[in-house]
Amino acid sequence: MGRRAKNKQDVPLPFELENKIEGKVTKKLNDRLKHEAIRAHKQREAALKQNKDSRRMQPPASPKDNERKRKRNTAPKPNKKITKPKVESEDEEEEDTPAAATILDEDAPVDGWDNAPIVSDSDGGIDSDSELESDEEAESADDNNADSSEEEFASAEDGSAAEAEIASVNEDSESDVSGSDSGSESETVTQKPLSLLSDESDEAESDDGIESYDEFDTDAEEDDDEAVTFRDMEKRSRKIDARRQMEAEMAELELETGEAVVEGERELFELPSEEQVELEKEAPLDLSQVQLRIQEIIRVLGNFAELRDETKSRNQYMSQLKRDMCYYYGYNEFLMDKLMDLFAVGEAIEFFEANEVARPVTIRTNTLKARRRDLAQSLINRGVNLDPIGKWTKVGLTIFDSQVPIGATPEYMAGHYMIQAASSFLPVVALAPQENEKVLDMSAAPGGKTTYCAALMKNTGMVVANDANREREKALVANVHRLGASNVVVCNYDGREFPKVMGGFDRVLLDAPCSGTGVISKDASVKVNKGPEDFIMLTRLQKELILSAIDSVNADSGTGGYIVYSTCSVTVDEDEAVVNYALRKRPNIKLVDTGLDFGRPGFTSFRGHSFHSSLALTRRFYPHTHNMDGFFVAKFQKLSNKVQVSEEQVVIPTGSGATTKQRKKKKGSHH
Amino acid sequence: MRPLTDDETKVLFEKLAKYIARNIIHLIDRPDEPYCFRLQKDRVYYVSESNMRRATAIGRKNLVSLGICFGKFTKTGKFRLHITALQYLAQYAKYKVWIKPNGEMPFLYGNHVVKAHIGRVTEDIPEHQGVVIYNMADVPLGFGVSARSTVDMRKVDPTGIAVFHQADNGEYLREEDALF
Repeated sequence: MGRRAKNKQDVPLPFELENKIEGKVTKKLNDRLKHEAIRAHKQREAALKQNKDSRRMQPPASPKDNERKRKRNTAPKPNKKITKPKVESEDEEEEDTPAAATILDEDAPVDGWDNAPIVSDSDGGIDSDSELESDEEAESADDNNADSSEEEFASAEDGSAAEAEIASVNEDSESDVSGSDSGSESETVTQKPLSLLSDESDEAESDDGIESYDEFDTDAEEDDDEAVTFRDMEKRSRKIDARRQMEAEMAELELETGEAVVEGERELFELPSEEQVELEKEAPLDLSQVQLRIQEIIRVLGNFAELRDETKSRNQYMSQLKRDMCYYYGYNEFLMDKLMDLFAVGEAIEFFEANEVARPVTIRTNTLKARRRDLAQSLINRGVNLDPIGKWTKVGLTIFDSQVPIGATPEYMAGHYMIQAASSFLPVVALAPQENEKVLDMSAAPGGKTTYCAALMKNTGMVVANDANREREKALVANVHRLGASNVVVCNYDGREFPKVMGGFDRVLLDAPCSGTGVISKDASVKVNKGPEDFIMLTRLQKELILSAIDSVNADSGTGGYIVYSTCSVTVDEDEAVVNYALRKRPNIKLVDTGLDFGRPGFTSFRGHSFHSSLALTRRFYPHTHNMDGFFVAKFQKLSNKVQVSEEQVVIPTGSGATTKQRKKKKGSHH
Repeated sequence: MRPLTDDETKVLFEKLAKYIARNIIHLIDRPDEPYCFRLQKDRVYYVSESNMRRATAIGRKNLVSLGICFGKFTKTGKFRLHITALQYLAQYAKYKVWIKPNGEMPFLYGNHVVKAHIGRVTEDIPEHQGVVIYNMADVPLGFGVSARSTVDMRKVDPTGIAVFHQADNGEYLREEDALF
């Protein structure tokens, strides 16, 4: 069966036919596909009711076959016709045809074995293993449910690519080109299991990327040949910006068209049964198969009313999706739940995908010793390829690549810059310390933010850098000295002791210890080693620290009275919940604008918890949207010192921090 | 944290005088605000008096560093300048040596400065005097002791040592643990 189908598909289409159907076909074809999908759906429901087991044995329905043949003739044509009129090479045709043909298969009863071989055919050479497998299995009549459903995923995946093609026909010529490529693209996608994001829309996106790079290629080469000056760099960065914007626009366009067509015309996706799930636990699936299943589930969830399997609930889909994502990305289930709650499903995937990619290395110019322009010039002379981070900072540079180790250049050793993630500029920018102020950095190591504060204050006033960890303080002191921050005093306390050690600060920066869910790309161990007990421990510590930070600030300060709370975590427990707790416990503070003009506003309500409405003033940053580590920044202003006293009397006996505070104090005096 | 004793001050100032001679006075008499030297666990820190006063609130055990560390007293009572003092030494240095780009990395890896690497040099360096080393872009790299006077340097063959290495910026990476 499989062989036969393949042969049929490979036959090139007669030229006249192509001509006939060219042009206006798409709309018609679209409608017909949709119509048939619905019909197939109904039939399938009926079949399900009758006999669930029949799916395995179901013989190919002959009227369907005819339909299939007819459409096989029509479907692939339009795009081929339009995109590359006559110069079409034999290979491409072969690639295109099967891909398009699979759409039609999807209209046929979904689950029959007759489907599988065709599907594997459409996968081309890549899946030839699975083809063999399925043939063998068909012979031995030993049907394995898991296998059949895998095959379906494969088919659906190819089908989606084909649909993107059809969609693109509707569009003007440019998107057509990209669309037609996607047929062959889909095959490469199956080859690369690790790029999960490449479902139809993103595929198109990547195509655009390639195209536009081609356009710019010549320019880029020219740039490379030229001696790279700083001015030139600016020009180049502008060019890159323009390119990115264009790509974004194209991607959006593709997305829209893609989505419009995907609706409802695809084969129904089957969730694996419980036995299969059990089986998979013992013998895990291939990563690429899991990836396909994830894509399928996401598609179903995107249009649940039409694409769902009536017998399965949304929860069942979600739990399977979570299981697959845990396996695919290697998270533990607890963390996966936490993170999935934050995003819509599609965005969650983007988030996880972004966590697999390292963020670009960024450096911060130490304005105490150098200017960014000079630094950039001298680094370029050393063979470093760099660009300004963005408009929002005047001291940051992104390092694209470097011929020398960026942490060991003479400039680095002379303290002209600090290697610092772009995200950790943000809390200091929000804090905006002024000259001659007294500032506290509560958990300072390794000193990036501390020295940034010192630089903004031009070495005047005082920065108290505290960290609880002795070992990390070495790096902190080294960095403070290397960067020449002479107004810094480094001490080693538990942050919770703070208003007792020293108070009356104009500003306090609390970059709280956190689970690090925003920096998974840096430290992947977070994926597995953070459990519920860590979150309980951390959030408790954060709540105690934030109260200490608030109490350390002098509200009557002429210039300040601000507290900035930041974490490199994206979970709500460590961010909004802590801020909300502080607002509740300390009525003498209010949230103010962070002064950061980008980032997403914090949640004001989340999973049934509603937070104070001013939490919209806080800012969240995500790896997939801002290309920096996941981060959270909140800025408070302290309104008076008075309320705190009476409030503290309430807090001390009840609050969880109270006992620890007392204990720590005793310990401290003991020393 | 405590002020230096007279003996300690003498030892420290003698050492500093080798590099910045009479410019020590600029370290003490600053136009912006008064600065002072403080001893904390063998280390000598140079810090503004206002910050020093505020830092007295921090317990001795918990105070890790304040201001800029100049160096430490050895167990035998001598004073060793650390690379961290470079920013002030460079500011007030009397004798300077500029080294060519090809000599930068060898020096930053802890080697002595050979004559071939010298790009420019102050006219009247006597023998065995403290000199501050810069690269050709005037970025201070470290400091050392002149092996020969400026006049004698001219006569030495290119591989001859011109300045003995004492401290260089590379120590921030090589000796982070020992420095602090």
